[in-house]
Amino acid sequence: MNEFLNWVSQPWPWYIAGPMIGLTVPILLLLGNRSFGISSSLRHICAVCVPAKIPFFQYSWKEETWNLLFVTGILLGGVIAAMFLSNPETIVIAESTQRDLKALGITNFQNLLPAEIFSWENLFTLKGLFFFVIGGFLVGFGTRYAGGCTSGHAIMGISNLQWPSVVATMFFMIGGLVMTHFLMPFIMNWVGF
Amino acid sequence: MLLKENDTLAVDKNTNLTAKVKQGERGLSLLKYLYVGIVFGIIFVKGEIISWFRIQEMFRFQSFFMYGVIGSAILVGMVSIQLIKRFSIKTINGQAIKIADKKFNKGQIYGGFIFGLGWAITGACPGPLFAQIGTGFTVVIVSFLSAVAGTWVYGRFAEKLPN
Repeated sequence: MNEFLNWVSQPWPWYIAGPMIGLTVPILLLLGNRSFGISSSLRHICAVCVPAKIPFFQYSWKEETWNLLFVTGILLGGVIAAMFLSNPETIVIAESTQRDLKALGITNFQNLLPAEIFSWENLFTLKGLFFFVIGGFLVGFGTRYAGGCTSGHAIMGISNLQWPSVVATMFFMIGGLVMTHFLMPFIMNWVGF
Repeated sequence: MLLKENDTLAVDKNTNLTAKVKQGERGLSLLKYLYVGIVFGIIFVKGEIISWFRIQEMFRFQSFFMYGVIGSAILVGMVSIQLIKRFSIKTINGQAIKIADKKFNKGQIYGGFIFGLGWAITGACPGPLFAQIGTGFTVVIVSFLSAVAGTWVYGRFAEKLPN
């Protein structure tokens, strides 16, 4: 058992993690005709908590309870992985990426997320405003405007040969490239790195 | 609100058979999606897909990792859907499997671009946001709440945006 735990506690290579994520597509279909998608959970949360008579949030969200349970599961999975299966070693990040990020002011490469950004102390600073508030807002606004995220479009949509999903995925990438290469160097400097 | 929902439920049960089948999936039978989610969350963490650094590697083209993850996930999804269609495989409750088509609109361009900007900042699409919180980066709760706010603002102005 211990050996097994040690073994699963290693980081999983892409050729294990990727196909397992892909298998979620048929599993959800076979379990109950559910199309894989995660960002719609944010819409359901709005519909449950603050529908405010907005037509976009007037629908039978109870039929979508499965989706809210699914994302609750993802959160619990995170808890379980961190408590019982966490990797004792530090994450291995490409040398070139470390070099680029060092130039931007990131020096701590020990965790899955950079501690210099993702801490509560940053919440009421410009760092917090950019990385949590603005970043989160763009994710929520953009995914809904695009009608899906990496799961709904890039994985589910392209798996089902939907060309609009290919378009969406291309623009996910373009947005990410523009932010990483053109905007982030200025913004990181501005927020105090 | 609750009463109203229950009323429609009762009507559906008497009049609409398909609705009845769907409504069979309530209460405990929905728990299976929680379990799938848990496994999925563990994969997210152990595959290090929730890592801000992995997303940076991806957008800098400095590692094959995320391309391998997403590419192989699509491949497995694609083969599975083809098999389901080819052999008309049904759900465990015997329903025919139906997948809605995605309709093109300009939102996939504008919204996709906006999400891409956010993806590079947070290092997370919506799924990993949940898993990041679970692993103990609790400050990501703020990003999550902001994402809910972003979705709400989209919903509020959806009709006024180019589509």
